[in-house]
Amino acid sequence: MNTRTDEDRPNPMGWLMATMSKLPGMMSCREADGFLHDYLDGTLPKRTRRVFEFHLWMCPDCRRYLDAYRKTIELGRKAFEDPEAPAGAVLPEEMVTAIVKATESGGKERP
Amino acid sequence: MGSDRPSGDEDGFVARLKSGDHAALETMVRDHGGRMLSVARRMLRDETEAQDAVQDAFVQAIRNIDKFEERSALSTWLHRITVNASLMALRKKKRKREDQLDEGAEEFSRYGTRLEKTDWREDVQPDEILERAQTREQVRAAIDGLPENYRIVLLLRDIEELDTETVADMLEMTPGAVKTRLHRARNALKKSLDPLFQEDGVGRTKE
Repeated sequence: MNTRTDEDRPNPMGWLMATMSKLPGMMSCREADGFLHDYLDGTLPKRTRRVFEFHLWMCPDCRRYLDAYRKTIELGRKAFEDPEAPAGAVLPEEMVTAIVKATESGGKERP
Repeated sequence: MGSDRPSGDEDGFVARLKSGDHAALETMVRDHGGRMLSVARRMLRDETEAQDAVQDAFVQAIRNIDKFEERSALSTWLHRITVNASLMALRKKKRKREDQLDEGAEEFSRYGTRLEKTDWREDVQPDEILERAQTREQVRAAIDGLPENYRIVLLLRDIEELDTETVADMLEMTPGAVKTRLHRARNALKKSLDPLFQEDGVGRTKE
């Protein structure tokens, strides 16, 4: 799936986007991408956050990207949860014995 | 099984651990070992290595129990030690896959616009996707398939939920570098999850 624009052709729309993004209170998609991480962490300074949110308001590509990015993070987190064992694995009994033995001997033994 | 200590009051218990009480040690292993094993499994993806890392973690914990200040919970402290033990085990292994540090870096045109458009269905939520059989496995496989340095940062930040400064310390990177790598890791993961969320990927039940 390759949706790259042919960068050799003159691209008036692209030029317009690039020019507009240099105006005060505006940013490009590339700049917005750089702020995504901090935006989701809630650590963007207020002014930057406003410019970022304005960009999102104007840019469907970045809106969709942010939506997918958020879902990716959530999927990553939840993928390792095991609904059948919410508290995590159970330590096999042999391991308990081995660990108690190893810690008592200062860790020098390993089965 | 389990001692008579009131929940939340670890002070008596920790004191016993520090004094070398064997019963307390065994209780600690039983209470926390399962969770620690889950952590090690996620990071190492090999059962033997994961078990070894958990054993190493407990040995470290007992060696350093005097340094445990009860400002944080015992489980948090043990979690950190387990992550470190797993990282050390990873460093000793030779990874087959070369790190592809530039993957995902060329995403913007010279005008600063996005080159690849996201076409995920916006109405589908992760919880729905996860309800389908095999999705969990697919996502885990996608994470396992990431270049190793991306995978580790993603695991430590998004799954183990350690903060940026802690991860930076553990990996001997700057916080800025951690953020950048995490961002790239998430982007790489997003790309590999495209089939799950795209128009024709949704709505098919997998038997």
